[in-house]
Order: sequence, then C-alpha cells, then structure tokens
Amino acid sequence: MTELSLHRGISVHRIGAMILRYWYLLMSSWPRLLELLYWPALQVITWGFLQLYIAQNANFFARAGGTLIGAVILWDILFRGQLGFSISFLEEMWARNLGNLMMSPLKPIEFLLSLMIMSLIRLAIGVIPMTLLALFLFHFNVYALGVPLIAFFCNLIFTSWSVGIFVSGLVLRNGLGAESIVWTLMFAIMPLACVYYPVSVLPVWLQYIAWVLPPTYVFEGMRALLIENTFRTDLMLSALAINVVLLVASFGAFLALLRSARKQGSLLSGGE
Amino acid sequence: MTENDKASSRPTVADRSLSAAIAVDHLVKVYKQTRAVDDISFSLPRGSITGLLGGNGAGKTTTIATIMGLVLPTSGRVQVLGHRMPEESAAVLGRMNFESPYVDMPMRLTVRQNLTVFGMLYAVKNLSDRIAKLADDLDLTEFIDRANGKLSAGQKTRVALAKALINQPELLLLDEPTASLDPDTADWVRGHLERYRRANNATILLASHNMLEVERLCDRVIIMKRGRIEDDDTPEAIMARYNRTTLEEVFLDVARGRVNGAKEAAR
Repeated sequence: MTELSLHRGISVHRIGAMILRYWYLLMSSWPRLLELLYWPALQVITWGFLQLYIAQNANFFARAGGTLIGAVILWDILFRGQLGFSISFLEEMWARNLGNLMMSPLKPIEFLLSLMIMSLIRLAIGVIPMTLLALFLFHFNVYALGVPLIAFFCNLIFTSWSVGIFVSGLVLRNGLGAESIVWTLMFAIMPLACVYYPVSVLPVWLQYIAWVLPPTYVFEGMRALLIENTFRTDLMLSALAINVVLLVASFGAFLALLRSARKQGSLLSGGE
Repeated sequence: MTENDKASSRPTVADRSLSAAIAVDHLVKVYKQTRAVDDISFSLPRGSITGLLGGNGAGKTTTIATIMGLVLPTSGRVQVLGHRMPEESAAVLGRMNFESPYVDMPMRLTVRQNLTVFGMLYAVKNLSDRIAKLADDLDLTEFIDRANGKLSAGQKTRVALAKALINQPELLLLDEPTASLDPDTADWVRGHLERYRRANNATILLASHNMLEVERLCDRVIIMKRGRIEDDDTPEAIMARYNRTTLEEVFLDVARGRVNGAKEAAR
C-alpha cells in the first residue's frame, strides 16, 4: 500500500474488493450480525422507558418529547459509525492480514474509503431496526425529522469517520496494545458533546472546548428542533466546516502514523 | 585485462539496477539501538532464484520487508523492477507478491473467497479461470469452499502460495515457503516454484532455513549474519570455499563463527 500516489487512480475495483471481503466476513458469522443489532436495541429500549417515566413526572420532558430517545439514536449513529469503521480495520489486525493488504496495490485512501462504506453498512444493519423499535414501542419517529435528520446524520458520520481514521492510525502504529482506544475514545467526547443536556450546563471555559466538537452542534440542533421547532442551519454549517478540517487532519495523521509504522517495522508484527 | 580494467568495467549498483529485479545499495536499518541490517548491497538479475540464509536475527526478514516497502530504510536505496521503494511502490506492487509466516489469510473466509478478494485487489483478468487454474495446480480443489481457518497447516501454506501467485508476479518474495509442510508436499511445492520460474521468467528471493531446499532451488545464495552479508555466491562456490559438502555445514560454520577457520582449511 503506497502513501505517495494518493490522488492518482483511485480504483473502485479495489474498494469493491475490500467491501466484498468485509461482507463475506459479516455473512460468515451470525454472532457478528447479532451484535450489530443487540446493543442499539438494548439502548433504545432502556432509554425509551426512562423517557416515558420522566415525561410522566416532569413537565419539561413532557413538552420536549423525544429529546432523550432522539439523543440516544443520534449518539448511536456517532458511536456505531466509528465502531463500524474501526472494527473492520481491527478485523485485519486480528486476522494478521494487514501485511497482505499493505503489500498489495491497495492505496490508503482506497482502504479508508472501503472502511467508510462498511461503517455505513454496519450502521444501517444496527440503527434501522433501532429506529423502528423506537417508533413502535415509544411512538418516536426519527424519520419525521425530515431534512434536518440528513444534516444531523451527515455531520455525525463525518465525525465518526474522523475519529475512526485517527484511532486506526494509532493501532497501526502501536499494534493491538492500542486497541482499547478504539472502544473508549468516543466516550471521552460524550460529556463534552452535550448529548443529553444543553451546552449552557457546562462551565463557561468548558463550553469553548465543547464548541470545537461537531457533535455538540448536532445535539444542540436536535434540541432546538424538538423543543423549539427550529432548524438551526447555522449550527449545521459550523459543524460541517469543523468536520472538513477534522477529516483532513485525521487523514494526515493516519498517513503520518503509517509512515511511522513503516519506520518502526510494526506493519509485519501488528502485535501488542 | 588488468584488475583495474576489470574494476572499471564492472557495472555499478546503479547500472545493475536498470536491468535488475532487485537492487539493494548500502541498505541500513536501525531499530532504536539495534542495527538489524548493516550496510548491505546486492543485485538480483531477472529470472534468478536467490536464497537468503542466516540464523534468527540475521536481518533476512527486515531485508525482505524493506524490499517490499513495508519497512523504511534508515539509509541506502532499494530498487524493485527498476523503481525506488517505497517512493514508487505504486508502479510495482501489482507486479510482485509475497508469502510470509508473519501474515495470514483471513480465517473465516473460504479459500475461494480469499482468492477472489486478492484477485480483485491485484486486478486479475478472468479471475474465476485464474482461481480454477491455481486450484488445479496447487491441488486446492478439494477444500476450495472451506474456511481458511479449518485447513491444516500444509493446506494453508498452499493457499498462501496460491495468493502469492494470483497475479502471476514477475517478482516473488518467499519467507519460509515450505515450513510446516510434510517432505512430500514440500518437494512438490519446490517443483511448482521451479516450473513457475521457468514458465514466467520470474525472479524469486527466498528466505529459508531448509538448506536442502536452497541447494535444490537457488542459483545463488546470500548468507547474512548480524545484519551483514557474510557470503554471496552460487551454492557450489560457497560450499567449495568452506570446504564443505552441504550448505547446512556452511550454515553451521557461519552461525558458530568458524568462518575463517573453514575458509583457511579450504585454502
């Protein structure tokens, strides 16, 4: 896999080969498929009932119907999007297949694009049933959000890819000893992204940090939509601008970490 | 012709690299404090089979990984099929391939699925025909639709070899290609490699601890020790120089530091 021909001749055929590889893997293992469905379903059921309970006892939540369950669904798009990306990458490490790929004509950009597409496929398998559960159990129709949902989704998935690209680079450089970052980094973002509460709750100095994260804009935007019936395009455009910067930066970091892995000689070992 | 004339007419590494399959020029690789490869130079002509010998930690794997572009050299230069590695690797990666015990094929995918994926990555034309041919040549047909993880060690080695040959490479890098194979299958694989080289004029660089394999397959042997090239010649010339009848004896001489004594005894 070469770093220096990134912009020349991206091959759809090679991206297709990688997607086929992950599809074969997914279809060969029912526990993998089940896991995609299990956690999102558990999340929506737990938080859905909590929202029902709170709504019965708190006037604000009765008015702001869906903010909790909506936040759960959007958070899962962010979290599962990153996991979908990173797990496909980790599969190569676990299978000790990375050397085969690195030695093939596959380019880093093609590898990353295939991981992005796989994150969408994995997300669809996990999140679509979750949204249907929310609809039938709690009468929360996330699709009724309409066009804003597309803006929310795009911004969250772009952030999830940026994080996925960066942590994959870390694992590439440091081996499977860095695997825990894949599972935990997004949770470090969670309190600052203000998933379940408005940014104004945070101390002022922390608010500056929160506004650096694109998901903060999305969750604020969701609350504005559900509570005030206002779609804040300004928030979505700000999130998009930060996402572009994050995607470029994460790709640059991935290439730097790949180069460092080549220097270190860790591409053949990939161990701890 | 005087010695000086001979020296001046001898092609430099840069000249040889134009026609060579592999040209390694003053390659050094240092990992933190360890000098894994220490200023080695060699050039392999196209169509040759060369054995890379040496004990554990001699620098064979690092040398091969640098040739493949998986490891960046600390200094020195590597050219593969006329292109600098890793800077111009895009021009050559599709024309070479490798097999190594340091990598596996995905275990949950069947042999056919694995070969399909790698065939697509290498843009192999008429892929199903190519897979059928490889299955026939390497005797994979019986288990081609079985998951790779459910194969025996010998079957996995044959599948890895099929992956290494999927794109009919001009350059094949093999690290212990017959380890874990029974003698009959190993012999059969060696025969296949010889036939492949002849039919395709392919260049093969082979790291092995099996001295009989190297004697049988290789036109040339490079012996490494502690990151340096200890000797580089035909197997016959090396055995004669050390006054030994097998490469295994030469290997032991080099590994145990009996090099000078053995060479002097030969003189």
